[in-house]
Amino acid sequence: SGRGSRAGPRSYLGGRKPPRAHRRAGGDPGAGAPKGERLRMRGCALHLADNRLKTTKYTLLSFLPKNLFEQFHRLANVYFVFIALLNFVPAVNAFQPGLALAPVLFILAVTAIKDLWEDYSRHRSDHEINHLGCLVFSREEKKYVSRFWKEIHVGDFVHLRCNEIIPADILLLSSSDPDGLCHIETANLDGETNLKRRQVVRGFSELVSEFNPLMFTSVIECEKPNNDLTRFRGCIIHSNGEKAGLHKENLLLRGCTIRNTEAVVGIVIYAGHETKALLNNSGPRYKRSQLERQMNCDVLWCVLLLLCMSLFSAVGHGLWVWRYQEKKALFNVPESDGSSLSPATAAVYSFFTMIIVLQVLIPISLYVSIEIVKLCQVYFIHQDIDLYDEETDSQLQCRALNITEDLGQIQYIFSDKTGTLTENKMVFRRCTVSGIEYSHDANAQRLARYQEVDSEEEEVAPRVGTVSQRGSIGSHQSIRITHRSQSIKSHRRSSSRAEAKRASMLSKHTAFSSPMEKDITPDPKLLEKVSECDRRLAVARHQEQPLSYLSPELSDVFDFFIALTICNTVVVTSPDQPRQKVRVRFELKSPVKTIEDFLRRFTPSRLTSGSSNSSIGNLSTNKSSHKSGLGLLSNLSQENMFLKLEERLGPQASAIASNGYSSHTEDWAKECGAEDCTKEQGQHLEQELRYEAESPDEAALVYAARAYSCTLVDRLHDQVSVELPHLGRLTFELLHTLGFDSIRKRMSVVIRHPLTDEINVYTKGADSVVMDLLLPCSSDDARGKHQKKIRSKTQNYLNLYAVEGLRTLCIAKRVLSKEEYACWLQRHLEAESSVDNREELLFQSALRLETNLHLLGATGIEDRLQDGVPETIAKLRQAGLQIWVLTGDKQETAINIAYACKLLDHGEEVITLNAESQEACAALLDQCLHYVKSKAPHSTLENIENNVSVQFCPQNPPSTCSISNPSLSLVIDGRSLAYALEKSLEDKFLFLAKQCHSVLCCRSTPLQKSMVVKLVRSKLKAMTLAIGDGANDVSMIQVADVGVGISGQEGMQAVMASDFAVPRFRYLERLLIVHGHWCYSRLANMVLYFFYKNTMFVGLLFWFQFYCGFSASAMIDQWYLIFFNLLFSSLPQLVTGVLDKDVPAGMLLKEPQLYKSGQNMEEYQPRAFWLNMADAAFQSLVCFFIPYLAYYDSNVDVFTWGTPVTAIALFTFLLHLGIETKTWTWLNWLACGFSTLLFFSVALIYNTSCATCYPPSNPYWTMQMLLGDPVFYLICLIAPIAALLPRLFFKALQGSLFPTQLQLGRQLAKKLPDTLSTPKETFAQGQLSEQPRTEFSEGRIIGPSESISKDCATQTSQLTQQLTCSPEASGEPSTVDTNMPLKENTLLKGLGTQAPGCSRPGGAVMLECPRDSRREPTSACHTAPLSPLFSLPTCGSLNWISSLSLASGLGSVFQFSRSSLQMDKPDGEFLSSSSQPDQDLHGLQGQVTDYF
Amino acid sequence: MAMNYNAKDEVDGGPPCAPGGTAKTRRPDNTAFKQQRLPAWQPILTAGTVLPTFFIIGLIFIPIGIGIFVTSNNIREIEIDYTGTEPSSPCNKCLSLDVTPCICTINFTLEKSFEGNVFMYYGLSNFYQNHRRYVKSRDDSQLNGDPSALLNPSKECEPYRRNEDKPIAPCGAIANSMFNDTLELFLVANESDPTPVPIPLKRKGIAWWTDKNVKFRNPPGGGSLEERFKGTTKPVNWLKPVYMLDSDEDNSGFINEDFIVWMRTAALPTFRKLYRLIERRSDFHPTLPAGRYYLNITYNYPVHSFDGRKRMILSTISWMGGKNPFLGIAYITIGSISFLLGVVLLVINHKYRNSSNTADITI
Repeated sequence: SGRGSRAGPRSYLGGRKPPRAHRRAGGDPGAGAPKGERLRMRGCALHLADNRLKTTKYTLLSFLPKNLFEQFHRLANVYFVFIALLNFVPAVNAFQPGLALAPVLFILAVTAIKDLWEDYSRHRSDHEINHLGCLVFSREEKKYVSRFWKEIHVGDFVHLRCNEIIPADILLLSSSDPDGLCHIETANLDGETNLKRRQVVRGFSELVSEFNPLMFTSVIECEKPNNDLTRFRGCIIHSNGEKAGLHKENLLLRGCTIRNTEAVVGIVIYAGHETKALLNNSGPRYKRSQLERQMNCDVLWCVLLLLCMSLFSAVGHGLWVWRYQEKKALFNVPESDGSSLSPATAAVYSFFTMIIVLQVLIPISLYVSIEIVKLCQVYFIHQDIDLYDEETDSQLQCRALNITEDLGQIQYIFSDKTGTLTENKMVFRRCTVSGIEYSHDANAQRLARYQEVDSEEEEVAPRVGTVSQRGSIGSHQSIRITHRSQSIKSHRRSSSRAEAKRASMLSKHTAFSSPMEKDITPDPKLLEKVSECDRRLAVARHQEQPLSYLSPELSDVFDFFIALTICNTVVVTSPDQPRQKVRVRFELKSPVKTIEDFLRRFTPSRLTSGSSNSSIGNLSTNKSSHKSGLGLLSNLSQENMFLKLEERLGPQASAIASNGYSSHTEDWAKECGAEDCTKEQGQHLEQELRYEAESPDEAALVYAARAYSCTLVDRLHDQVSVELPHLGRLTFELLHTLGFDSIRKRMSVVIRHPLTDEINVYTKGADSVVMDLLLPCSSDDARGKHQKKIRSKTQNYLNLYAVEGLRTLCIAKRVLSKEEYACWLQRHLEAESSVDNREELLFQSALRLETNLHLLGATGIEDRLQDGVPETIAKLRQAGLQIWVLTGDKQETAINIAYACKLLDHGEEVITLNAESQEACAALLDQCLHYVKSKAPHSTLENIENNVSVQFCPQNPPSTCSISNPSLSLVIDGRSLAYALEKSLEDKFLFLAKQCHSVLCCRSTPLQKSMVVKLVRSKLKAMTLAIGDGANDVSMIQVADVGVGISGQEGMQAVMASDFAVPRFRYLERLLIVHGHWCYSRLANMVLYFFYKNTMFVGLLFWFQFYCGFSASAMIDQWYLIFFNLLFSSLPQLVTGVLDKDVPAGMLLKEPQLYKSGQNMEEYQPRAFWLNMADAAFQSLVCFFIPYLAYYDSNVDVFTWGTPVTAIALFTFLLHLGIETKTWTWLNWLACGFSTLLFFSVALIYNTSCATCYPPSNPYWTMQMLLGDPVFYLICLIAPIAALLPRLFFKALQGSLFPTQLQLGRQLAKKLPDTLSTPKETFAQGQLSEQPRTEFSEGRIIGPSESISKDCATQTSQLTQQLTCSPEASGEPSTVDTNMPLKENTLLKGLGTQAPGCSRPGGAVMLECPRDSRREPTSACHTAPLSPLFSLPTCGSLNWISSLSLASGLGSVFQFSRSSLQMDKPDGEFLSSSSQPDQDLHGLQGQVTDYF
Repeated sequence: MAMNYNAKDEVDGGPPCAPGGTAKTRRPDNTAFKQQRLPAWQPILTAGTVLPTFFIIGLIFIPIGIGIFVTSNNIREIEIDYTGTEPSSPCNKCLSLDVTPCICTINFTLEKSFEGNVFMYYGLSNFYQNHRRYVKSRDDSQLNGDPSALLNPSKECEPYRRNEDKPIAPCGAIANSMFNDTLELFLVANESDPTPVPIPLKRKGIAWWTDKNVKFRNPPGGGSLEERFKGTTKPVNWLKPVYMLDSDEDNSGFINEDFIVWMRTAALPTFRKLYRLIERRSDFHPTLPAGRYYLNITYNYPVHSFDGRKRMILSTISWMGGKNPFLGIAYITIGSISFLLGVVLLVINHKYRNSSNTADITI
């Protein structure tokens, strides 16, 4: 029935436009379709995938051949099969052919079973997904019927309801939303938790009635399935020949979830494996660990050794045959035909036989054992309760199973910043309005209390059970009720933060709103001002100029909060009530469509209903009136005539048919009428409201405004409603939203103010940008002076915020006159309607609007550091890891965060590399290198000392050690990084970076991130780890040796690409320092042991050749020989490999420098390998010759002699392992006992089983006889001990005389068992006492710092001709720094001293002299900022330098860059026709240069 | 950070949360095994911790070694090489193949009497019974009396599988090269009476019981051995067929103990094999009193061609078997070395303990 139910014929037309295939999904009124066409379509439809998900590799039939084929990709398997097959050649066979095949088959079978199991679990999950249900339109039944996902086909119409997961890539055709919108959450796909808006395809949004699939007659053409999530192109051709474009806004992607929309209907465009989600899902990767690579190299050595041994034997056998052949020796057996082999032939045969006999040297079980051990290690990492995050109920996930030991060898960590080091949860901290700072002390206290409560709670009791038992609703409400209370006391100590966290976790609908963001304790002063505004305005509402009743300051305050509330793209939702479908027909879809319309509408200057009786009235104004311009027109009724409301749902909704968005509460509010009632109601309303923001900053600001009773209650695409306690609801007509982009770094809204009827522009953006766009104020009049003062004050506060590590935003406003607006609007509409370079034009348009702003204030938002980040970084540092932070953020923010998380230290020198061209970059690098070298002797000495010192200095963290020797840190921005990554410079860059303690790359693109990682990996041959949380980190994660994803806020994309996923950054510490170390040490020891074991065993056989005429005879029974590795001696080493802990976890955490042993590969070095092999040779000699001499000239037979040798080998192995094992648990004992027991019982059973079988050894009753022989026991006692005495002795000597760090750690751990048995308490206390975050927020005291080397300075000055730079008034010996060794405080300073853009076409070199203000205390920020900007006229004459612009100093980088010039060109073209090109150009350049 | 140490506190304070198991979290179980907290013995190898081991080894091994050494020294053993490569040797005449059968007699004197059971061995040197092809060249089912294998021996026996179209019984190179000298021992009772007294040599009881009774069996059948081996031929090098190895039916055919002993291929190129038993007659008379003896050798087995040597060995045995001074010496040596190393470690430990202690303190 699936086929019959398809919506209509599909065609797969290739060739009309060759590069793109067209997928036509057309519909015709169903049953009446011509038969021929349908058939044709059906045939073609086979090419299109259905929605079945199939990730399994095998089918029942194909499993065996396919799996075997894959297994034979592994060279070792081929080798072992080859050896086994060699046994089938009679001339060279050593064992029974069948028997020789057994281990290979065993290994292959084990692997096959593992693969089968994995495939089966994949199949199960596929099955589960395939059998999810959804509503599909059935043509037969003419209604939507429930079907499985796998039955969906391309062209089907799918009906989805709220909170359903989208089963395929679907083109949105209908939505219950009145505006044809649909919100989806893409967290499953890209991890972004905010809601995304999707729009109904043009041509369908205007439909009056419910969408009817039977009426669908359009043809859809779209591009071939691809994996680009951000792009979708296509067009839909309606039956009337109209063509409409399709964009990604029309596409609902598989895996996303429908939110806030009652129901949608769409047509399936891509299904199954053609969906973008699945195309993006590349399966798990196979990475080979470094240790494994090294091991493979050693395996090759073993092969070489094997060949040598075989060759030696072959030659020996040839000689032996040559010697005895002529002598008619009785024991020389001729060939079967009676002839005798020539010595050469015999040698060749012997060679191959030897290879078979000695095959044990290449351990067949090694690979399997390693896989098993890694699997168990992964299991234990997975199970580690200390890596479990209670907050998110997630553990560490190991996604790559085969690189656990790489975790123990990491040298470089590349970390993302936002979301990785920080929580990506924005918290409103402070603000300044019209030059007055509101410090929000209470809010700070509240935040501190959160932490307190947090830690208190942790100390008190586990609360998980009780909390989680509560329903989500209960905890939701407890929060919502409390959040409105504005007094400090209400901030609950009772309801703990963990509970709140849990609640936020449960409220999955809401993006980015933790209770911390929602609950903001207002500053009392500011709150008072706001309510005063509110009161006064409520009184003056009906006056002519309501705002004039406010003082300028209060007016600013009011505007500030209005801007906070409406200048964003926050979507207001109430969780349980998605907007219901209301079909309204309008003539005008956009508020203002033409100029004429605009002019026509605005002619009546006074509005009638704008300040209508009450907010309720406004509220009840229905949709049409908004649409037609907020009831501006007196003849609004004319448009209302077209109004047609179609209420679909609910009796209560229909009861208030006039209300566009029927909601129960509004209904109630309407009846209520009275003001207090409204207030109450408003509160009630707000409690239900949730804000969905695109970025967490926005949400934080809206919540902040709400704390001041300025509540965003509703947002439609053309109006915003704000609720104030006295004023009631104000509805702003939203004329335009100029969205945020990273070049402008700001966003604006154009609104019509309901109180003043003015057109206002509210702009919110980065301070560096907005401050330059302010209306230039004349210093003549008092007002201008006042403004100037305000600005400088604000700037100072901004600097202060930056020092505190807050993200700063400036809020500004512009009042447009109608003429200005009209003028702008005309151009804007032109831009909007243009077909080509539309975005470019819109960008221009935005630039034109956002000028001459009036500064309202600024906000400081904290992106909180994750818990424990500074400690983790400090520990990782101590562990010898170099940490690089690669972030897309701007330099100032990145540096602030770097200081906050102790990545940069105040005792350190910071080298900042900001270059604008290749040449400049090269020059800068040279200078820095020179500078570094000049310091080098000192520092390297220090380093050596640090490394050599045997003792720990745990009580002195490195920071104290480095005080005498300030280490360097490097800060580089994205542009410079691009230059530094060029072939010619990369070596220098790396050399410099290697000298630096930490490296900070700001403004780097994802590609650059991965390039940096790749560079370090390939050039420095270092082990790299990349950690990140977002999609922009994916490439870096994939390139690094170990990729770690943070499975936190931003979700899955990074996790999908990662090898390990941790819930928080801080877990990295334990993952690397404890588990990484353990895994590495275990595996290294196990691999070494493996080599030892096999060499030793093969040695026994080899020595025997000297006594059997090199005939490749083996005294050890072939069964023992083949199964010894596999059965008898494998378990103990596995147990040790899985469980051994060379140093306890507590000690590793306490002494992170123990991690260095892994980095230096101390445990598995070539030296260790060869020593190991030598020891193996020695041991095999002992184990061979003790039985040899003990049984010399006795009546023992070959296999009765070989059995004790085997037993001795087994005991030696076990004892050897005993020496190597550091922790003996009962499992180790059990394994050793089991091994011994297994050997003897197998031997006994085997020797009893058959009297005549198993030629040639025929071991009947051998073991039984041996057990009655005292000599057997005597040699079993002496041989292993004699073999291991030297090893034990040297171990003991080394342990006493030259103990390694690890051994010291172990000894220490043993000495202080009490501290280790309770490591948690001590650690927890340590952390509590440190109180990282409060320290961070208190601001830092900047200490005196090193003077800057002048060498570089002089060099640069030579380079750039004369540079003049007036020193700062502080009288510091401030140097002329074109080079970068700046102290951080200069850059903080620089951040504040933003100079207005002064750019000269033609490329002048702008230089800023960074004022050396490091001696100034932080409070010195009050000094008036000045713009230390120096232009160099001489530079202009230099051709080569004209494109070069050097600049230094952070935050005040004014450069003319290539890209800015490129940007100019199209601008210029466009602007040449415009009336005010200069201004725009100027503005644009200001933006652009600031951006870089 | 403090959070992740929560876990242990809970363990210490009692079972973790989740009462009634209502809360299904992904929280890992907090068991000692899963958290890798199994109680463990953590030896640290330093001079101080290891030196007792060395002393203990020394103290145990040296007495054992002395015991073994004494035991081994108490074993009486005499070895007479009768290869005859030296011209002076009475068997020198037998080196040429002309004289068959060649019988030579070697005189020897026992200085001390041999008490208890005396084992008589023949020893071969430079004889590679462990050669790979040699070891394989046998058919165990034939030897086990399997009638089909008797007439159709395994291919492993090639080229000693068939002779003149008849299957060889027993087939294979091992059987073919069976030692076939005959050794007889005579005691010269007293100087005055030159007639030597033959020493009774027991031919049975020299092979493993399991070999004689389980592994090796004559072909089934009611008739005489000759009939049971009908259709087979003797190995090329043998003088007489397998059923005529001994007159005693119980020790003839495949279950002839000399044959069984030979078929147990020696591990090393120098080996001895048990030839006869000289049983103790009474507690009062030594089995082999001191005095002069004759060794009568029927010299058939050629070893000089490949530089082999033949010996006759008489030996008493102790609880640990035949005479072997090596083990005793080895035990004493290893014990002493271990003891010495222990002393070295003691010195080191004493000398460096202080410094290492201070090092630890600075930690």
